[in-house]
Amino acid sequence: MRPAFSVLFLTTLIGAGQGLFIALFAVELLSAEALAPGFFVGGSMIVVVLCGLGLIASFFHLGHPERAWRAASMWRTSWLSREVIAVPAFIAAAFAYGAAHWSGVGHTIALGVVGIILALTLFVCTAMVYAAIKVLREWSHPLTLINFTLLGAASGFSLAAAYAGFAAPALTMPLAQAAFTLTVLGLLTRGAALLRNARLQPTSTLQSALGIRHPRIVQKSQGAMGGSFNTREFFHGKSSAFVRGIILAMLLGAFVLPLVLVLTLPALAFIAQYIGLLAERWYFFAEAQHPQNLYYRSVS
Amino acid sequence: MTQLALVIDLNVCVGCHACVTNCKQWNTSGAAGALTDANPFGADPNGTFFNRVQTFEVGEFPNTETVHFPKSCLHCEDPPCVPVCPTGASYKRKEDGIVLVDCDKCIGCKYCSWACPYGVREFDEERKVMTKCTLCVDRIYDKSLPEERRKPSCVLACPPGARLFGDVHDPQSEVSVAIRERGGYALMPECGTKPANHYLPRRKSVLNVRKDELYRSDNPHRIDGAPFEQNLPPTIEEL
Repeated sequence: MRPAFSVLFLTTLIGAGQGLFIALFAVELLSAEALAPGFFVGGSMIVVVLCGLGLIASFFHLGHPERAWRAASMWRTSWLSREVIAVPAFIAAAFAYGAAHWSGVGHTIALGVVGIILALTLFVCTAMVYAAIKVLREWSHPLTLINFTLLGAASGFSLAAAYAGFAAPALTMPLAQAAFTLTVLGLLTRGAALLRNARLQPTSTLQSALGIRHPRIVQKSQGAMGGSFNTREFFHGKSSAFVRGIILAMLLGAFVLPLVLVLTLPALAFIAQYIGLLAERWYFFAEAQHPQNLYYRSVS
Repeated sequence: MTQLALVIDLNVCVGCHACVTNCKQWNTSGAAGALTDANPFGADPNGTFFNRVQTFEVGEFPNTETVHFPKSCLHCEDPPCVPVCPTGASYKRKEDGIVLVDCDKCIGCKYCSWACPYGVREFDEERKVMTKCTLCVDRIYDKSLPEERRKPSCVLACPPGARLFGDVHDPQSEVSVAIRERGGYALMPECGTKPANHYLPRRKSVLNVRKDELYRSDNPHRIDGAPFEQNLPPTIEEL
């Protein structure tokens, strides 16, 4: 698949936002000493900004952004539609949570619980957009859900640690430790997905695609010489050296550097992890082999 | 329930692309708007097509066969592209099973094209909506056309008649008989999409010709009752 940049930004930005919200609420629940409301107000603002930017990025994916409101209609069948509802719902919950802390009206725990439920729902919706496509077997696996959740949470906790470094230094260490743990877990599950996908045997073959049993079939023509939507949308078109570079950037940026840096320099760790996760998402698309590619093997 | 579909005979298709051109001509003039042609006379012509003919070489030289493979939406009975659509623009008609895109509702997110294993949906780069084969829904019910012309453009265009059109749920229809009697099959059955379109496989053509059939029955040199070898016409040398 060709990585869609708007989607890379959408999933990484809202993932970090959701993770940060979970971190904020965990702080409110678990922190021994009472914190100034400013910590939660500022944190919620960052969540709203990140998710808002993600939402804006997602519009660039659409051919007709002015019709985007229609995408909320098919929530009964479409995970994309559910995600379209869950993103603004989560942003609203995060805003309400911050507003409750700022205005001092209370009920922050109740609002936080609603926000957490929506954050987790959004992780499920975002991941299921990919995991629900059965023909893309690299995506269609529970590991996709686990990875989106863990990696989003890891980057959110890294950001929370960085934010606490400015707003509540006492919390930096426990948040950084949580980010460290989540990053290690994310490395394990993403590693498992990488191994699984590397060994995956495609169910569809050129033989089943054409219904011809002969083992040797060579494509002579694609029906078009200047390419088509099929050659643009489903192939990333980069060299294997470039893809190896992306894998390296993913492993270093999303996992190794944050693990090294998060306990000492959490802000730097978050920046590295965010860039690493962009590479991770790029490779997530690139590693998915669409069965339609069987019809577009060669031109001669 | 009716399920309209195409049945494509790979034993007959000669790869002339007449179905591609006629499909493009009909559908580019349709109510949904023109099918984009980017750079049509340049080095990399590019455009939206509902139907394409690909060519494959099967086997090892010299025992190869060239298979021309027309490829368009299969109008699956369980279409994976329909439930994923967030707006409901992609839908399957109950009355005749045609899978369509409502171009006024489509937001151009391309998600349906990811869900389709066959790669038969094409995003129109100018209109910014997803497009696909409509089975010429705008002509197969057109009462102003004579009845024998109420067929998809590709079917009407096909010079050797490799494309059949009809209701695959009616066991007596031309397409059902062809599927049943000529080994019709679906593409990628492992995907569970139950395509309505079927393909008829290549067949080995065997002609049983008896030796005596190769000679004129009114052979003037024939001696009645003589064995076959003695009744052959004379060669040039003999004359």
